[in-house]
Amino acid sequence: MKRQIPLFITFFVGTLLIFSVFIPPMETLGENFTLFFDIIAVFAFFLGAGNLVRVHVSKLRKRKADWGFSIVTLIGFGFMLFVGLLKIGNPGGIAADVTAPGSWFQEMFNYVINPLQSTMYALLAFFVASASYRAFRAKNREATILLMAAFVILLGRTPLGMMLTAWIPDSLSIFQIPNMAVWIMNSFNLAGQRAILIGISLGVVAMSLRLILGVERTYLGGDDSG
Amino acid sequence: MDNIGVIISLILILGGLVTLLIRSLQAREVDRRIIFLFIFLAVAAPILFPMTFKEKATQVVKSVFDKIENLPEGSTVLLSFDFDPAMAPEVQPMANAISRHCFEKGHKIIFMSLWATGQALLSHSLSEFILPGFPEKENLVDYVSIGYKAGNEGVLNVIITDIQKMFPTDVNSVPLDSIPIFDNIESCKDLDFIMSIGGGKPGPKEWVLFVGDPGDVPVGVGVAAVVAPQMYPYYPGQIVGILGGVKGAAEYESELIRVHPRFAEMDTPGLRMMGPQTLAHVVIMAFIVIGNVVFFRGRRREKKE
Repeated sequence: MKRQIPLFITFFVGTLLIFSVFIPPMETLGENFTLFFDIIAVFAFFLGAGNLVRVHVSKLRKRKADWGFSIVTLIGFGFMLFVGLLKIGNPGGIAADVTAPGSWFQEMFNYVINPLQSTMYALLAFFVASASYRAFRAKNREATILLMAAFVILLGRTPLGMMLTAWIPDSLSIFQIPNMAVWIMNSFNLAGQRAILIGISLGVVAMSLRLILGVERTYLGGDDSG
Repeated sequence: MDNIGVIISLILILGGLVTLLIRSLQAREVDRRIIFLFIFLAVAAPILFPMTFKEKATQVVKSVFDKIENLPEGSTVLLSFDFDPAMAPEVQPMANAISRHCFEKGHKIIFMSLWATGQALLSHSLSEFILPGFPEKENLVDYVSIGYKAGNEGVLNVIITDIQKMFPTDVNSVPLDSIPIFDNIESCKDLDFIMSIGGGKPGPKEWVLFVGDPGDVPVGVGVAAVVAPQMYPYYPGQIVGILGGVKGAAEYESELIRVHPRFAEMDTPGLRMMGPQTLAHVVIMAFIVIGNVVFFRGRRREKKE
């Protein structure tokens, strides 16, 4: 029984949502289900926050490796929650935008989160360069073609590409490097991306049908015996 | 002073690369720390000694520009900030340039975000970059921020038929039905243009799938460079145009300056960042060449032995 009920709910809601897409009078039903989803998602925030606190408090109590970072996490979490909920320093008061300029929440975002995340992402440039040096080698014909395409795209994404081929007349502008880069993106890349997209979409349809019809039951957990 | 700095930096970087190339002829591998050093120099030098290049908008970027340029005055444009600080250096310049362009043409803008981090970035953009250039623009009349709402694609699924159902108030708790911009806007179908700036999920792709296509609303996208290839299957049928990475932002800024010269006085981070991007790409290409020289020389040596 504990498996039949979830299977029935999945079948019922799944079928209803499919109908809501194709039958206009049922459109509102789909929207309402989306709103229910949002309400449920709010509880997920509480669960997430609770779990974060639980995991780090437990790490602190047991003095596990790197427990010092847990202190930073908990202080950061508590502080942001406090200044965000009470809108500390917010010039517009409690009803104003939580990210209003001047509020502590926004200041912390601008001067702590923003530079930290940007720095982490910027490190990628170093690893991309190192990986390109090691991996981009013309070992065979396919790799050589890929290498040539990469050069066109790399040059095409900079003004250098235009500077090198600016002498080419407008009637032959397709041979200007930036336009060649767009052509590669708009032909070879497009074909590959479409193939992947269609494949994924067919996979999603098949998986959704398996879920709705109860063929796929792994999401219920445990064994399949029912 | 800047020119001397640029010349010295270029000599250092190019000289170093030539030295490495000569070394590579002996099939000697390059230590990754040397690669890191070159990338650091390539990015830092054009920031310290600014290098500027002329840009010309490609068709994919120009399509977005022309769409906004040709909308009748007073049109309503929705601009969604679907990104985080990691992506911001690439895509925030696009958001700023497009907002300025819309304001310049007299369009009304509805700002929102599908990312929790987007609302803070939106607030920062508005107060620091967009509004200082347009002191006459009035909140709730010329623009409004309805902020972030959790729910990813679910949010789009609802606002395509009813915006107020998902966003009953703006970020300052003002009810949407009392905001003049929303007088004739009930759902996304009533918008004249939607521009989603981002690169992750939910983001531009979801705007196309859940709003643009089913609602028949023109959508333009501004994405991080790594995401741009994934957007091409939707162009030009389902999306008006694509701004890809810093290059897309720089092209948009150059087109904006060309058509509206007063923006030449404003900060153009996209164009500014093309210096570091150009040098970094040159360094990466040089290291690919060096890597291949090392590979072929090494293989030749192995065959001889």
